[in-house]
Amino acid sequence: MAQIMLWEAIQRAHDEEMSRDPLVICMGEDIGVAGGTYKATKGLYEKYGPLRVMDTPISEGGFTGLAIGASFLGVRPIVEIMSVNFAWLAMDQMFNSAAKIRYMSGGQIEAPCVFRSAGGAAHQLGAQHSARMEKVFMGVAGLRVVTPSNPKQAYGLLKSAIRSNDPVFINEHELMYNMKGEVPDSEYFHPLEGSDIARSGTDVTLFGYNISVHWCLKAAEILDKQYGISAEVVDLYSLAPLDRAGIKQSVSKTHRVVIAEEDEAPVGVGSEIIAIINEECFFELDAAPVRVHSALVPQPYNHTLEKAAIPDHEDVVKAVLKLFGKA
Amino acid sequence: MKIEDKKRVLREMVLHRRFEERCYQAYIERKIGGFLHLYPGQEACCNGVMEAARPGQDYVITGYRDHVHAIKCGADPKEVMAELYGKETGSSKGRGGSMHIFDAAHHFMGGYALVGGPFPLAAGIAKAIQLKGGDEIAICFLGDAANNQGVFHETLNMAALWKLPVLFVCENNLYGIGTSIERSTAVIHQHKRVAAYNIPSAECDGQDIDIVYQHARTAVDHVRAGNGPYFLELMTYRYRGHSMSDSRGYRSREEEEEWKQRDPIFMLRDRLITADALTLADFEAMEKEIDAYIENEVIKFAEESPEPRVEDLEKYVLADRESQQPWLTGKAA
Ligand SMILES: Cc1ncc(C[n+]2csc(CCOP(=O)(O)OP(=O)(O)O)c2C)c(N)n1
Ligand SMILES: [Mg+2]
Repeated sequence: MAQIMLWEAIQRAHDEEMSRDPLVICMGEDIGVAGGTYKATKGLYEKYGPLRVMDTPISEGGFTGLAIGASFLGVRPIVEIMSVNFAWLAMDQMFNSAAKIRYMSGGQIEAPCVFRSAGGAAHQLGAQHSARMEKVFMGVAGLRVVTPSNPKQAYGLLKSAIRSNDPVFINEHELMYNMKGEVPDSEYFHPLEGSDIARSGTDVTLFGYNISVHWCLKAAEILDKQYGISAEVVDLYSLAPLDRAGIKQSVSKTHRVVIAEEDEAPVGVGSEIIAIINEECFFELDAAPVRVHSALVPQPYNHTLEKAAIPDHEDVVKAVLKLFGKA
Repeated sequence: MKIEDKKRVLREMVLHRRFEERCYQAYIERKIGGFLHLYPGQEACCNGVMEAARPGQDYVITGYRDHVHAIKCGADPKEVMAELYGKETGSSKGRGGSMHIFDAAHHFMGGYALVGGPFPLAAGIAKAIQLKGGDEIAICFLGDAANNQGVFHETLNMAALWKLPVLFVCENNLYGIGTSIERSTAVIHQHKRVAAYNIPSAECDGQDIDIVYQHARTAVDHVRAGNGPYFLELMTYRYRGHSMSDSRGYRSREEEEEWKQRDPIFMLRDRLITADALTLADFEAMEKEIDAYIENEVIKFAEESPEPRVEDLEKYVLADRESQQPWLTGKAA
């Protein structure tokens, strides 16, 4: 197993799938000659040429729709949307065309498209470049949403998403492209549904996804060393559909829940998980679940305000201590 | 077009007209629900263009006024009607409705209800054709008002940039619901708008099928020869309201009558009669025969077909739910 960076993992998945299947193509702004804003498509233009590695005009709605139309005929496009903030312009096509085509055609036409996009607050990018939008995507029938927390998932989820006959939205994080991690040397497909136990524990479950998995892991470490609390960390890499069985299993084991998300709280992953707990295993709970989330503000530019708006591992620790009556 | 072809097309256009009129009646009887957008008045547009193309092979995509385009590509009128009735035997198994007719086997890629939505999809279909190396083309039929969407411009730019084999047909019926083109659009003649993207274009009478065919011939040949996109604007008129709840207060009865003087079906009929290829009696017999077919076969099929099963409500949402694939379970393929 090699240690590679997350962007390299994404690049490798592209490369393997494009060399295997001539109908796998990729497109997006600056992905070809320039190699990609986050290097995720580095070297592909040179290898596969402009017909399959398409530098697009700045027309998110247009090129996303174009990719979807191509997928109706069996092409498997991987669309990079430079920043998730720009995905609003493409949502009409993602939601109205890709997600609904199979259903409204009675199963005749499928849209095996992959949409990848970088989201999340990086550093001081301001209100229009810091959005987390997973909550918007995860409620759409016909669309899968996955979000990797490490290079292995980034590689394996993209491989699976390309092979999937469903449209898949992959939510990446701007701060995580240079994160290093082990990726199997041989071909590997990460399941598109389910969840991973990132750390096993007995006293409390910390639910996270994408970057918040890392806050949870760091918090679990502190909780274990300083407070003797054993936290289980569940990595919800699939946001649509959410892993009901996995959520139930962990809650039934620990009986306490903290959910960490970088998104704002209203109508979010946290509220959905709590609804699932209510429906699946309410009586397993020993305490009311707690959410750790961003403040409901357009992301401020100022460094101090930005830090105050976004949670981190310390907020997760505090939430757990509160659950145990220790704060 | 040869005389024999013209006679066949006349018959098809009568079927298209009578089919739509029968839909109107079924809607009033509440057999059809939702929105219903009818095509009478515009028949020469779809028919003229598709006669110059290869129905069933070339890929066609359009908006919500889609029944006739589907039938022209080869969809069975019975299945289209069953779809309007919401039946399991419908083109989209009752899941789509009037605005979402599909017939993938005949390369009719659908019926979409977001104005302008099909523009980039059409370019994508053309991209797929280009990648696969076939000699089909993509044909996108949309209205005049759709050209005011941003994706119209985005798509024209990409189609020209990448020389995609796509023909854009603008059926300019002068209205977007109840707003006339002068009141919504700074340029009445839509073909002028594509000049900015270096896309060749033409505008012609959309009521005279011979004229439509002639212009479509040039357009289709241009695209099929690998020269990139083409934009064809057809000046036409819809007789009925936009959808069913439209009392047409935004236009005069005189204007409607003026357009009906140049009815696409009657113009072709009279031309064939003048050429001694048809008699008025032939025509009337044909109309009767078509009405009987619609009643005894099309409507009967729709009426007698079963409803979808409620147990199948969630069928067709996710493909991979139906076929437990390795990329769901995580095992290598
Ligand atoms: C994105 C979007 N906006 C508005 C509507 C409502 N709407 C439906 S049809 C229509 C007019 C479209 O006119 P045109 O493109 O000229 O086509 P026509 O109906 O005349 O064939 C409007 C505004 C819609 N369906 N989709
Ligand atoms: Mg119109």
